[in-house]
Amino acid sequence: MTTNILLCGVGGQGTLLASNLLAECAMEAGFDVKKSEIHGMAQRGGSVVSHVRFGERICSPIIRKGECDILLAFEELEALRWTEYLKPGGLVITNAQNILPMSVSAGNAVYPKNITQILAGMSVQTIAVDAIGKARELGNQKCLNVVLLGVLARRIKEVKPEIWPEMIKKMLPPKLQELNLKAFTTGWNLA
Amino acid sequence: MKHSGNRAFLSGNAAIARGAWEAGVRFAAAYPGTPSTEILEFCGTYAEIDAQWAVNEKTAMETVIGACYGGARSICAQKHVGLNVAADPFFTVAYTGVNAALVIVSADDPGMHSSQNEQDNRFYSMMAKIPMFEPSNSQEAKDMTIAAVKLSEEFDTPVMVRTTTRISHSEGIVSLGEREKAPEREFVKDMAKYCVLPHNARRLHGKVEERQKKIAELGCKSPFNRIEEGDKSIGIIASGISYCHAREVFPNASYLKLGLTYPFPAELIKKFAASVEKLIVIEENDPFLETEVRALGISCIGKDRLPICGELNPDIIHESLKELVNLPMPATTPKATVDIPVRPPVLCPGCPHRGVFYTLRKLNCTVTGDIGCYSLGAFAPHNAMHTIVCMGASITNALGIEKAMKEKIHGKLVAVLGESTFMHSGITGLIDTVYNKGRHVTMILDNSITAMTGHQENPASGKTLKGEPTKVLDFAAMCRACGISNVHTVDPFDLKLLESTLKEALNDSEPSVIITRRPCFLLKNYKPRVRLVSINRAKCVKCGMCWKLGCPAIEVSPEDGKTVINSALCVHCGLCAAVCRPGAITQAKEEA
Repeated sequence: MTTNILLCGVGGQGTLLASNLLAECAMEAGFDVKKSEIHGMAQRGGSVVSHVRFGERICSPIIRKGECDILLAFEELEALRWTEYLKPGGLVITNAQNILPMSVSAGNAVYPKNITQILAGMSVQTIAVDAIGKARELGNQKCLNVVLLGVLARRIKEVKPEIWPEMIKKMLPPKLQELNLKAFTTGWNLA
Repeated sequence: MKHSGNRAFLSGNAAIARGAWEAGVRFAAAYPGTPSTEILEFCGTYAEIDAQWAVNEKTAMETVIGACYGGARSICAQKHVGLNVAADPFFTVAYTGVNAALVIVSADDPGMHSSQNEQDNRFYSMMAKIPMFEPSNSQEAKDMTIAAVKLSEEFDTPVMVRTTTRISHSEGIVSLGEREKAPEREFVKDMAKYCVLPHNARRLHGKVEERQKKIAELGCKSPFNRIEEGDKSIGIIASGISYCHAREVFPNASYLKLGLTYPFPAELIKKFAASVEKLIVIEENDPFLETEVRALGISCIGKDRLPICGELNPDIIHESLKELVNLPMPATTPKATVDIPVRPPVLCPGCPHRGVFYTLRKLNCTVTGDIGCYSLGAFAPHNAMHTIVCMGASITNALGIEKAMKEKIHGKLVAVLGESTFMHSGITGLIDTVYNKGRHVTMILDNSITAMTGHQENPASGKTLKGEPTKVLDFAAMCRACGISNVHTVDPFDLKLLESTLKEALNDSEPSVIITRRPCFLLKNYKPRVRLVSINRAKCVKCGMCWKLGCPAIEVSPEDGKTVINSALCVHCGLCAAVCRPGAITQAKEEA
C-alpha cells in the first residue's frame, strides 16, 4: 500500500518544512519515501505544491490524479486548485485562510466564496481548521505549518504518534523546538 | 544535511554533492541556476570541498578544467542553458581529457518551471562526445556521481551527469558511504595533451573516437544499464525520471533501464529489442534514445505517441499509450466548477525592483530585459519589460534595437538587468554599446545578492560561497572604465530622484548607466529602518495609483472598491505612500 499526500499552499507559508518533516517521519517509520516539489520562480507568493509518497517501494515521485489520499491545503483557494488529485472519498484538510492572488487584489478576478461548502459538495471528506488563528494564539503565525502537520499526523495511522515530536526535536534548531512542539500538539488536538 | 544513521533523505542535488564528497572531489564551481543551484551549496557544506561561485558558467567550467588539470577531482554544475554559456570549453575538454576526474552536471528543466527554454542537453553529450550518466532517483544521483569520477580517470575524459528538475528537486532515501582518499596528482606539463593547437587536436580527436567505442562496450556490461525482465509482450527503454513514471503505468513490463546512456550501448539495445514483442521508448522532450533505436533498424513506439513538449508524468504516459496499458485510468475527484484565479509569482512586498518598474511604465519606456527576479517586471500591472532572451542579453538587445530603429527609439530605450547578471555577461554588452556608439540607458538593479535562485553570494556581495569576506566589485568604477561618462547611483525607493535621473539619462546623447542600489528585502541580516505606513480610507478616492505598484499587500476592497493594506504582508517600504495622490496612505516621519 502506498500513501499519497499532497501539500499545497502559497510560497512563504512554510509548506516545505512541513513536507520535510512528514517525509522524514515516514522514513523513520520504515517506509520507502519520495517527495517532489518545484523551487525557483514560484518561490514567493506563487502557488506551491509538494508531493509526498510513502510505502513499500515508490517509483515515481509524482502523485497521479485520483490517487491522493490526503490533500493538506495551507490556503483555501489552493485546496480548490488541487482537488482533481484526490481519490474519490479522499480527505481534504484546509487551513481557514484566504490569501488573495494579485489578480483578485487588483480587482480583476473574484476569490471564490464558501470554499469549504464547495469542497463538502465534492464527495470528499473535509476537515477545516483555523490553523492560522491557532498559530497566532501561540504567538507566531509562522508555526502555522506545524499546526497543520499536527492535524495531518493524527490521520496517518502508519506512523507511530511518538515519531512526530521526536523528529521535530531532531530537525529544528533548539530555539524553535518548544514553539513547534506546542504547535504540533495544538494541531493534533484539533483533528 | 539531514542524516539518520547511514541513510539520509536527500534531494538529487544533495545526493550529487554527497557523491562528489565520497568520491574524493576537492574542488567545485558553478554559477547559480534553477534547478542546479543547490549542488554547489551542498558541496560548500563539506570542509574537504573547496566550492566557489563563479561569475558565469564559462568561468566555472574553465576553472574546474584547470583544477582537474592541476590534480584535484572536480565538479561543476549548471542548469541546461548554463551549459550553452560554458559550451566552448566543454567541447574542448573532451579532447584534452583530464588529469584528476572532472564531472560536469547539467540540470535540465523539462516543463520550464524556471527557464526560458526546454532544450534537451543529452544532445550535448553526443555532440561533444562526452559520456553521460542519467540518474533516476537520489540514490542513483549519488552512485552515478561516484561512477562518473571513476570513469573519468579510467578513460581520461570529462563525464557528464544529466539530471532534470524532477531528479534534482525530488528527494529520496540514500545510503551513505565514507570519503575515498583520491590519489595525489599535480599538473604535469604536456603540450601534446593540453594545448589544442591544430596538429595536437587532430590527434586528440582520433583518441576521442577510440574512447567512444570502448565506453560503448563498457555500457553494455555496466550495472547502470540493466535489463529488468518482466512480461515480454511489452519492452520499455527508459532513463532518468521517465523510467520511474513508466514503472507506475507498466508495472509488469520488461525494461531496459539505461543509466550510462551515452555512448549508446547499441548491442544491449539490440539484444533487448529482440527479446520483446512490442518496444516502447519512453523519454521526456526530444527523441534522443528513440532516434538511436531507429538508427539501429529497430522499430518502436515513441514520439509518434508521447509528447515532445513539457514534462512527462504517469498520467500523460498512460493517456498517450492507453490501449497498451492493462490498468484503468484512476477515477478522480471532479474539478471545482467555479473559476479558480491563477496565482503566479510576484515581486515581494518591499522589493527594491518595484519602484523601477513603476517608473519605467510611467515614462512609457521600451525595456529590454534579462533573467532574474526582475523578469517579473514583464507581468501586470507593471508590463514594463518587453524582451527577455537570455542572461546578459538586455544591453546588447537594446543596442540592436537602436541600430535598427535609430532616432525613432532614441530617448525611450532602457536595458534592465540585475547586478549578478551584469557581471555574468552584461559587461561585454556594455563595452559593445560604448564602442559601437549606442546611446540607450542601462539600469543595473543592484540588490546585493543573486536573489532569484535563493540568495547566493556574488562579487558584489563581499562574501564567497563559504561565507568568507572578499573584495567588493565597484560597479560605478567599472562602468566608467568601460567608457560610460554618466554613471548615476540612486535609491530605487526615492521615486522622484529615480524619475528625474531616468529622464536626464534618456536625453543624454551618450550611453549612460543608472545603478539602483538597495538590498533585497529578504536578505538575512538586512534590517532596514522602518517607518510605519497607514491608510486613512476616508481619503481614498480609488484613483488606483497604488494598484499600479503590483504590491501583494495592497488589496482592493470588494465592498467599497477602495484600497486596503494587508497588515500581514505589508513591510512598510512606503512606496504606496509616495504614489498616493490624495494623501490617504501616509508614512510616519519617525522610525518605529
